[in-house]
Amino acid sequence: MTDLIRLTAAETAAVVASGEASAVEVAQAHLDRITAVDERVHAFLHVDTEGALAAASAVDARRAAGDALAPLAGVPLALKDVMTQQGIPTTCGSRMLEGWRPPYDATVTSRLKAAGVVILGKTNMDEFAMGSSTEHSAYGPTHNPWDLERIPGGSGGGSAAAVAAYEAPMAIGTDTGGSIRQPAAVTGTVGVKPTYGAVSRYGLVALASSLDQAGPCARNVLDTALLHATIAGHDPLDSTSAPVPVPDVVGAALRADVRGMRIGVVKELGGEGYQAGVRQRFDEAVEILTGLGAEVVEVSCPHFPYALAAYYLILPSECSSNLAKFDGMRFGIRVGEDVGDPSVEQVMGRTRAAGFGDETIRRIMLGTYALSAGYYDAYYGSAQKVRTLITRDFAAAFEQVDVLVSPTAPTTAFKLGEKLDDPLAMYLNDIATIPANLAGTPGMSLPVGLAPEDGLPVGLQIMAPAMADDRLYNVGAALEAALLERWGRPILEEAPSL
Amino acid sequence: MSETPSITRDDVAHLARLARIDVPPEQLDHYAEQLQVILGAVAQVSEVASEDVPPMSHPLPLVNVFREDVVRSTLSNAEALSGAPSVESERFRVPRILDEE
Repeated sequence: MTDLIRLTAAETAAVVASGEASAVEVAQAHLDRITAVDERVHAFLHVDTEGALAAASAVDARRAAGDALAPLAGVPLALKDVMTQQGIPTTCGSRMLEGWRPPYDATVTSRLKAAGVVILGKTNMDEFAMGSSTEHSAYGPTHNPWDLERIPGGSGGGSAAAVAAYEAPMAIGTDTGGSIRQPAAVTGTVGVKPTYGAVSRYGLVALASSLDQAGPCARNVLDTALLHATIAGHDPLDSTSAPVPVPDVVGAALRADVRGMRIGVVKELGGEGYQAGVRQRFDEAVEILTGLGAEVVEVSCPHFPYALAAYYLILPSECSSNLAKFDGMRFGIRVGEDVGDPSVEQVMGRTRAAGFGDETIRRIMLGTYALSAGYYDAYYGSAQKVRTLITRDFAAAFEQVDVLVSPTAPTTAFKLGEKLDDPLAMYLNDIATIPANLAGTPGMSLPVGLAPEDGLPVGLQIMAPAMADDRLYNVGAALEAALLERWGRPILEEAPSL
Repeated sequence: MSETPSITRDDVAHLARLARIDVPPEQLDHYAEQLQVILGAVAQVSEVASEDVPPMSHPLPLVNVFREDVVRSTLSNAEALSGAPSVESERFRVPRILDEE
């Protein structure tokens, strides 16, 4: 019998379609894996055993009836807990939403269901997607399957860890400043932030509306492409959804040919502040791309060093506004109503103090400050101008090259607790991923080896122009194939068994 | 900006009030210190944000996104109220809004 949890998503779909295994058997194998390892990994906040088996059973029934199955029918998936799923607890990693069961599906969720994807449960995350380590979850951190003492990245550490720990072959993440790509980098998995507007934000609990974008996580490039194709496309329920066709990402992943392509190494993303082993594996991967027939040049994006600063003004500003709705009146918890005879504002203040964690409170206050009269122009206004400059940097770079590459994160996974008391050090994790969010351009992280000094995964980031997401998959699949040939087996097989 | 204004515990208390968060008094100094450090770091945006650069609020040039004005199903009253901490007469029940005499 095939080890069902080790299959890729594409292989799983084929096994179900051919009848070699039923979708119910596939789902049960993953539920058993979750039972066996998730006490240690803590990738999931909620496991929907009943719903998963029912969805799998429906796929089996459709197959038995001779109905055509979608490309990912019967494949299990882990859903980040920031995406609503009707009737299933959705907490966003916050006490604020403890016990809330949304009355509706996000568009991503309904598209997954329509495609016969089997949703296993909801994954852990930094509270309201703010963080780079999943340590800001109110329900405790997720542990990196490579080393349980280390962070799995964030905010989507639960989704990345679930995939790395073979609890699910694929997962949904959301990426506001790197929350899909940085967890992928530190867990040895693949993660993609599509072009802004490519995937509907309807039902995605908003952090920073002009930056948030949902995307696929999986163990290889083709699987992320299949998932991307399943969830992307215009949605009238999201007014920021792009009314354009989805590029052929699956075709690009199958093409995997970089001959004649121009690839730019971003001068400003590397060097000082980047771990030696990260730089080494990145440089080796760039050499491989050259060997595959790409023309590699260095490209300067002079305003990228200001991206982090602009981001930590724009994000808190939008977040302070978006999170104002969590006031204990319409959903979530309400605290202190019965102490004294409080006014509605007093109850709001008590509820928000009890419901929000430290990092969320810090960012709401930072945003409140940046948007205040007297400081608005100097902070938020200037940050918006930097956003223009970064977008211009991308535009100029893409006149010279087809894609840009950089390390995804400056270091491999650090120890749990190591940066918890130093917000600024934590923010530096996203230094290479943030520019793409500010410009709205797509980015992918894929594993390119283990850092020699600590044996932990290193990610390489590919960035493409807006709406040219297919280039990520073409380049990513070509590099992945060359690395696989060199290693002889997928990188995740180097991880210690759980 | 040439230098970052310093953030005092009173500033934090004011921000917390504006944000409707009851930050305990013993945490004000801690937040003041952290906000000061973060603001000091992010203030560098002003180094390159010159007059002639237009601000950008959004990556997509979409404006006036409308839909056809057609009736379609939405959440029922009960569904909309299903997550509320307190409900009365098919409405959200909230604490008193007006001050007492």
